[in-house]
Amino acid sequence: MATTQSALDSIPALLARNAASFGDKAAYREKEYGIWQRWNWSDAAKEVEALALGFLNLGIHEGDFVAIIGRNRPHFYWAMVAAQSVGAIPVPLYNDANAEEMAYVLGHCGARFIVVDDQEQVDKVIEVQDQLHQFEHMIYLDPRGLRKYDHRRLHEFTHIQEQGRAARDEFGPELAARTARLNMESTCVMLYTSGTTGKPKGVVLSNRNVIVTSKNSCDFDHLAPGEEVLAYLPMAWVGDFIFSIGQAYWSGFCVNCPESADTMMTDLREIGPTYYFAPPRFFEGQLTSVMIRMEDAGKFKKRLFKKYMEVAKRVGPAILDGKAVSFADRLSYTLGNLFVYGPLKNTLGLSRVRVGYTAGEAIGPELFEFYRSIGINLKQLYGQTEATVFITQQPDGEVRADTVGVPSPDVEIKIEDNGEIYYRSPGVFEEYYQNPESTADTKDPEGWVATGDAGFIEKSSGHLRIIDRAKDVGKMSDGGMFAPKFVENKLKFYPDILESVVFGADRDRCVAFINIDLTAVGNWAERNNVAYGSYQELAGHPEVYNTIQGHIEEVNKSVACDEMLSGCQIHRFLILHKELDADDGEMTRTRKVRRKIVGEKFADLVDALYGGKDEIYTETEVTYEDGRKGSISATLEIRDVAVVPVNAKVAAE
Amino acid sequence: MNTMTDNTTVGYVTEDGRQIGGTMMEMKNITLRFGGVVAIENISFDIHEGEIRAIIGPNGAGKSSMLNVISGFYHPQDGEVWFNGARRPTMKPYQVAAQGIARTFQNIALFKGMSTLDNIMTGRLTKMKSSMLSQAIWWGKAAREEEEHRAKVEEIIDFLEIQAIRKTPVGRLPYGLQKRVELARALASEPKLLLLDEPMAGMNVEEKEDMSRFILDVNDEFGTTIALIEHDMGVVMDISDRVVVMDYGKKIGDGTPAEVLANKEVIDAYLGVSDD
Repeated sequence: MATTQSALDSIPALLARNAASFGDKAAYREKEYGIWQRWNWSDAAKEVEALALGFLNLGIHEGDFVAIIGRNRPHFYWAMVAAQSVGAIPVPLYNDANAEEMAYVLGHCGARFIVVDDQEQVDKVIEVQDQLHQFEHMIYLDPRGLRKYDHRRLHEFTHIQEQGRAARDEFGPELAARTARLNMESTCVMLYTSGTTGKPKGVVLSNRNVIVTSKNSCDFDHLAPGEEVLAYLPMAWVGDFIFSIGQAYWSGFCVNCPESADTMMTDLREIGPTYYFAPPRFFEGQLTSVMIRMEDAGKFKKRLFKKYMEVAKRVGPAILDGKAVSFADRLSYTLGNLFVYGPLKNTLGLSRVRVGYTAGEAIGPELFEFYRSIGINLKQLYGQTEATVFITQQPDGEVRADTVGVPSPDVEIKIEDNGEIYYRSPGVFEEYYQNPESTADTKDPEGWVATGDAGFIEKSSGHLRIIDRAKDVGKMSDGGMFAPKFVENKLKFYPDILESVVFGADRDRCVAFINIDLTAVGNWAERNNVAYGSYQELAGHPEVYNTIQGHIEEVNKSVACDEMLSGCQIHRFLILHKELDADDGEMTRTRKVRRKIVGEKFADLVDALYGGKDEIYTETEVTYEDGRKGSISATLEIRDVAVVPVNAKVAAE
Repeated sequence: MNTMTDNTTVGYVTEDGRQIGGTMMEMKNITLRFGGVVAIENISFDIHEGEIRAIIGPNGAGKSSMLNVISGFYHPQDGEVWFNGARRPTMKPYQVAAQGIARTFQNIALFKGMSTLDNIMTGRLTKMKSSMLSQAIWWGKAAREEEEHRAKVEEIIDFLEIQAIRKTPVGRLPYGLQKRVELARALASEPKLLLLDEPMAGMNVEEKEDMSRFILDVNDEFGTTIALIEHDMGVVMDISDRVVVMDYGKKIGDGTPAEVLANKEVIDAYLGVSDD
């Protein structure tokens, strides 16, 4: 065993092992033409080999960068592994990035080869190709609309594979030699961070980072061949790389790719994954749609749902954690499972989930409990691209909404005096590509990496708790602690509120921007005969304002209970006339609010919130998906919110 | 005039370098009257194989009537319709469809209660060989045949990117998507000539862009000849190779978009003529 273990030091080596030891097990599925197409491990190995030979035929060198731009499809995963097989470095990109964003990343890594999905991506690359001096060949998957294009540098994916197969005698030995040269130190992948701050940075991960982390995390959750995952999160995101390549290759499980982005929910139901990851907003969206549909259900169904959800809330999490529960409660939970939870899980596509994770942002406690109560083993993890995902995660039976778990295997954690969290692990990244200053800033010579998050380790359980981004945690003018994320997360737990941005650093009080959730509020409007013509009109509706004001007052009460953060109550708010959007630079591509940019862009609104005005006229520039710009204008209402006096509480004590 | 002259059978090369084939359809001196109303008056034009041919004109110019003549729904009192080098006798619309001409409608004409998939399947009807009875029993040849048709339909679903609404009843879909389903159904019969009656009517800018892209892709990918009626001049000028302009039942212009735009009569018809 020791000899075979030591040979497993690259992804192509794992592929070879999987093809040899369980070649007929499913490795990839993709729904196409309405049917799930299947590739087993030996098919996958052949596809990867053909493409790798095709790359050699095009003259790829060791150390070249191969950019990959597309939605989750088996072919792109093969392209990554094929690139590794010839000693090149795959660089997956966000496929919804616009041409300039792509130009930056493609130029920064100097990609010679680009593998793309379809005409849309081809057009984007052609638009910026003059800025890309090292770019040589582009390979596309879907030939539609590309017939008339100049094909001197453009190739069809299957065509490259055919050429590769034909040239097998010629390039086979070279391919074998290059794959054999890979070891734990060679670069496995380069991933660009989404760039909440400044330009994206290329995080270089070695085979050691990926393989050791995958092994540890597979052991942690006992992931085995036979697991099913649905690959639907952006390929450029480190999580997808670890789940769909690292862990999938290490334990040999099957990666399922949806038919298209819009069919994801149907595909999820058809596949029924056993191992599942989704960001909090996804669970939030699902719960919102369940609640909306329950509103429209008949009286009997509503009663049944209400009754058994109460049972679930009371005993569900305890049953999941294997704690003692009375026989009567077990019985009614079983009935509930028969009538409500089972069918509900089935509709959500989560019937078979054995291990589910959420991460990326804090999840609302009630949201989290909802999923756990109906018997879905949803857990939290805390991770970063620089850590090859895993820093902490929650073991089975120790799951709570307000912590992110214990350090993952082989990970060390320390908290600095200012509250910032540091970690050291085998997954710690090699470097930021061509950016030694940033590398040195983030990673010290002993291998400790700053997370940029503030938090503390809970003494009683040893679990890590996150407060906020370390740089976002500020002081208010009276010296009180200001943690905007803490308040925003509480607000966002209301289905009506999609996003919120709280301001208050160096000020005497906090104010907030609110983005309403069009699905939830639109449904409410429909049921209450409220007519509206646009997002903007709905957002400005007085009834909507009343509802949101109610939510904020509830949140203020809850914030006031926290001694450290009671100063973060919201005094005034407004509902924004447009959704915060990545195309306008207000959010990252992973949908995290860029606080500073929002504050600068809407400076007039912030001033109005701190001024005494009741309403403000504003004009905002918007960018459409195709890059054109326009502007929208609106007069926004500003409201005061009741706050809980903090001093009174102190005086009472 | 029983033989075609040489210059009509020879194709041409478009501005963007596509080779267009010879004449596929020729309308010769078509006149269509409804009682005393003359909808089309002595109009002649041709459609070449592989081109995108637009028919434009103000409201009531006779565009839809022209499309109905091509699709065999109206029978002109005078004039001849030539298709694939032969004069077409008076035909029923289904016989025209069997010849390889498919169309979409200005007011969507789908089966609202049926799913997208079933609607598109109806487009395969002209291609189905097994009898209604054996299809109902769904056994042997009929089952195999349906699978083949389904495969073709799935290709079209993939092509038009409507996978997500495969099983949705068409009546529940927004207008823009219904238009796309209608295009899918027309494509399902694998037409040689596709007639589109105002494919962009009532769409927003983004939907129009999508639809233009699909029309160009259909033409490019399947080599389908397309004749379309459209009000949006921008779209017409962008995607069509040649344009016929009609006004009050008469042809007032015919040529490439640039030629047509420079035509004085066309400008007058669209912008109006000043009185002085």
